Amino acid sequence: MSIPADLKYTPSHEWVRVEADGTLTIGITHHAQDLLGDMVFIETPAAGRTLAKGEECAVVESVKAASDVYAPVAGEVVAANADVEASPESVNQDAYSAWLFKIKPANPADVSELLDAAAYQKVVESEAH
Amino acid sequence: MLKHTPLNAAHRELGAKMVDFGGWDMPLNYGSQIEEHHAVRNGCGLFDVSHMLALDLKGANVRPFLRRLVANNVDKLQASGKALYSCMLNEAGGVIDDLIIYFMDENWFRLVVNAGTAEKDLAWMEKCNADWGTGLTFAPRRDLAMIAIQGPDASRVLNAALPGVDGLTASLKPFSAAAMGEMFIARTGYTGEDGFEAMVLTKSAPFFWKALIEAGGKPIGLGARDTLRLEAGMNLYGQDMDETASPLESGLAWTVDLKTERDFVGRAALEKSEVTKQLVGLLLLDKGVLRSHQTVLTKNGAGEITSGTFSPTLQQSIALARIPLGIAPGEEVEVEIRDKKLKAKVVKYPFVRNGKILIA
Repeated sequence: MSIPADLKYTPSHEWVRVEADGTLTIGITHHAQDLLGDMVFIETPAAGRTLAKGEECAVVESVKAASDVYAPVAGEVVAANADVEASPESVNQDAYSAWLFKIKPANPADVSELLDAAAYQKVVESEAH
Repeated sequence: MLKHTPLNAAHRELGAKMVDFGGWDMPLNYGSQIEEHHAVRNGCGLFDVSHMLALDLKGANVRPFLRRLVANNVDKLQASGKALYSCMLNEAGGVIDDLIIYFMDENWFRLVVNAGTAEKDLAWMEKCNADWGTGLTFAPRRDLAMIAIQGPDASRVLNAALPGVDGLTASLKPFSAAAMGEMFIARTGYTGEDGFEAMVLTKSAPFFWKALIEAGGKPIGLGARDTLRLEAGMNLYGQDMDETASPLESGLAWTVDLKTERDFVGRAALEKSEVTKQLVGLLLLDKGVLRSHQTVLTKNGAGEITSGTFSPTLQQSIALARIPLGIAPGEEVEVEIRDKKLKAKVVKYPFVRNGKILIA
């Protein structure tokens, strides 16, 4: 199970990388793509959109099912990854390089509420039962 | 406790992702579902379909019983081994199940019914048998495993796995079967490709499965089974039709024999009913994925998607949808997906047969 230690996580299976400039890069975890299977359609939020914490802001669809992606913290979308929309399968190939969007958090301190790798590992294990 | 087929351990050894499918522990996929799909269109795929039930009906009245039980006409079956696809209806004309009926001899017909409906089907048939005084015996064949071998390379794989059946598979016509002892091989399937559905005794199934893999067959899970059957335009019971849906509004009019005078369960209700809907194919023109229960907006009113998916062969989303009459192939409709209305084109299905895309 691949859960990089340098990333933050949410219970809804998003990963978050805190960049040097304070922006957050967001994607879905390896575990999430494994559950969903072959990705065929991804829709990301438009740059400039303001998101509340927990707001549905992207959609990832595999052959099997559609799944919403939620904003891990409140903030403004500063970039969306057009490459994953063009090649949804890149999320299956490497979930941690196939980011979906970047946000500028409304309150940088909110990042401390996210899960670390060990806590996310527990979420994954609890779902296995 | 989930039910296991005789190949459960084999699926686990292959690393399959297992799911609860109507109470059965079945493989969803072994790796990439899309690769499994292409393996069937381009080579040969193997499916464990042992969760489906083979049911032997025996007795002197088996043909008259089936004449009355099912909507298609079993009198079309005159040569031993010939198969017929039919719906079994309730008195209201709703579909209890869809099934395949094999004629073996005048005292023996074999039925193959869906896993999730098997108990309900058996109870219904036993009730009819008692009410009609037909005196049949029913033998559910849980001692048989069923493996589907599907794709353009299916004949070669089956012949390599079972030396000595070459002559049989070469002469076996589509939609017919042959029995050799307890082994039963039918040229049928649920993929739109050439192929076979083979029944063997459960104790032989793991060995047979392994031999098919060694011959080049690729194990295929239920995920790809669904995209393959949908591309092939084949209905799935419980999604595209059920007890609340008329076969005449489910794209199954071709299986309902109203030409002969034969009285069958559900006929009176069907003849009284007014058909207002049709099952059509949809091709999504915008980006996204069609899914069951999405609303379809047409100039004649709203309809609903019964099955939708991403088609790996077309690289586009496709669906079956029940919509009002009067919408012809080529016309555009809208599908509500989340907060959007996306454009889709009505098409004649099947979408794909024998590896070829059939829609424009």
